[in-house]
Amino acid sequence: MFKTVIPFGPQHPVLPEPIHLKLTVEDERITEAIPSLGFVHRGLERLADLRDFHQMIQVVERVCGICSMIHAVCYCQGIEELMAVEVPPRAKFLRVIWSELHRIHSHLLWLGLFADSFGFESLFMQFWRIREKIMDINEATTGNRVIISVNVVGGVRRDLSHAQIKWVLSELQMIEQDIKRLENTMLSDYTIKKRTVGKGLLTAPQASELGAVGPTLRGSGVAQDIRQTGYAAYGELDFEPVVETDGDCYARCKVRFRETLASIDLILQAIANLPAGETRQKVKGRPEGETVTRVEQPRGELLYYIKANGNKNLERLRIRTPTFANIPALLTMLPGMWLSDVPVIVLSIDPCISCTER
Amino acid sequence: MFKMTPNVLRNLISKKATRRYPRQVRPPYESVRGELRNDSTQCNLCGACALKCPSQCITVDKTAGTWTCDPFACVYCGVCVDTCPAQSLTQKREYRPPAVERQTIFMQGEPRKKTKTPEAVESG
Amino acid sequence: MQGDIIAVGPETLVREAAQAKVDGYRLVTLSCVELDAETVDILYHFDKDLTLKHLRLTVPKGTPVPSISAVHWAAFLAENEIQDLFGLHFTGLAVDYEGTLYLEDEVRRTPFCRYSIRQSDKNTPAPDARQEMGEN
Ligand code: SF4
Ligand code: SF4
Repeated sequence: MFKTVIPFGPQHPVLPEPIHLKLTVEDERITEAIPSLGFVHRGLERLADLRDFHQMIQVVERVCGICSMIHAVCYCQGIEELMAVEVPPRAKFLRVIWSELHRIHSHLLWLGLFADSFGFESLFMQFWRIREKIMDINEATTGNRVIISVNVVGGVRRDLSHAQIKWVLSELQMIEQDIKRLENTMLSDYTIKKRTVGKGLLTAPQASELGAVGPTLRGSGVAQDIRQTGYAAYGELDFEPVVETDGDCYARCKVRFRETLASIDLILQAIANLPAGETRQKVKGRPEGETVTRVEQPRGELLYYIKANGNKNLERLRIRTPTFANIPALLTMLPGMWLSDVPVIVLSIDPCISCTER
Repeated sequence: MFKMTPNVLRNLISKKATRRYPRQVRPPYESVRGELRNDSTQCNLCGACALKCPSQCITVDKTAGTWTCDPFACVYCGVCVDTCPAQSLTQKREYRPPAVERQTIFMQGEPRKKTKTPEAVESG
Repeated sequence: MQGDIIAVGPETLVREAAQAKVDGYRLVTLSCVELDAETVDILYHFDKDLTLKHLRLTVPKGTPVPSISAVHWAAFLAENEIQDLFGLHFTGLAVDYEGTLYLEDEVRRTPFCRYSIRQSDKNTPAPDARQEMGEN
């Protein structure tokens, strides 16, 4: 059979961000996929040489445009560990609340884009309409929509007032209803199933061998979620990872859909148990030593390696984002699939390229 | 089949989710971090904001008594507002409107006196 | 730092990595840290049931590092990244971009090194990379 090489991306209608895949196809079947990156490499890790460790919070928030809060939580956690700062309990709960809000809006964004990838544009609109409510909550409680800049080393800068909590609760109730109304369409519509069931298979042993993380891993039946380690206040909340066993695009879609509902539940729990008190601990001094911290992003496990030597600039900051870990898994999903399924499969790992390249 | 139909029907009878934007604007929320303002009567030109700003968009010239901020580089984080010891910085609730020309936020204050007055020592 | 740190040498690296795989560890990622003008540390982070384990390999710059991508295939991206940004050379890479994963063909500088070495001539140190970054 004749072999053809087809370039996919870096500019492709289905991808909001640039990644290039060199697809070798036989007939219409893919036999090999080789990625090439580097279109949006910004060298943010090296910016640690020019900005001090407090200013780096605003830098790491900009690694990813969707889950900025969670990056900042991870970074602050690392610095706090190095400086032996005890974060007040209220700040930990507030971090959970805002992290989960970010997870919901990221998943809603993905569900919309995923619907768009197989041409279901009105569903895309429905999801993004719900997402707008989350953005409003972010804006009203923190001051910005996405890059909310509430984390500082030692706590958070904003607090939730009584009135705000009441308003957030009523909004969340509406959001939950809105999402549930779309469940029937997203998870049992004939056309959607036709495009997703059995596409991009990844078995559980493959997933853990290739280092897949997040919904990609949990969609293959491995119940691993960094929130289980109980960072921030997750240890005090009732939390079960969402797992599906089929390992195809449909399973990953189901995981994300159910996670949005699980996140709403987590926020409700966190609000119900919100302790009173300080939200910010004053910090003095400079970090020293090295550490590794991990948190769970909407796309999966995020790892920060921080090495500091007592200067105001960090010695080394290494960021391993979840999409970086999911690319090898994506490359094994593709061979054997039809060319027309590539957009759906690529989107099913929720690729975030600018955070992959940092 | 027809799983989407209830949603479509619902959308037909429900209220619009969008606004007719330029004519109808939602009032900004209480605690939104918008455009930066500096109150020239309170600022003592200590330069703390310029030091802490993560995007390094503030320049303070103590001898000329000027305070400048490049609003196009500002990321609206509010760190400067938090650090200002004189509480002279505030953030408006509105974001800066788009502009066709480069702008700067400029403030002319009292230049620092050459001879050290007790006040200058205190704030330095 | 959470988890044990095991020091490995270039000879024992692949064996230890394979052992980790047999023990059911998942490769999280590789981190490269520049120690001084001569040496770098490469940390291999592994995870099993939410506990971490790290292998620490200290190598002088300019000597080739054995790749673990034959054992852990997923390591090839991280190894290529280090190859681009720190100018190290990995032998036996599953997919070798030869320094073009992030960089262009003609770029021969290693952007993440404070003490940078030119890949064409690995023994003569180039002017301080940080200085050049400031000028641009
Ligand atoms: S920190 Fe406040 S008082 Fe000091 S220079 Fe800035 S605006 Fe003026
Ligand atoms: S809001 Fe942030 S970026 Fe803007 S001037 Fe203040 S510190 Fe700088």
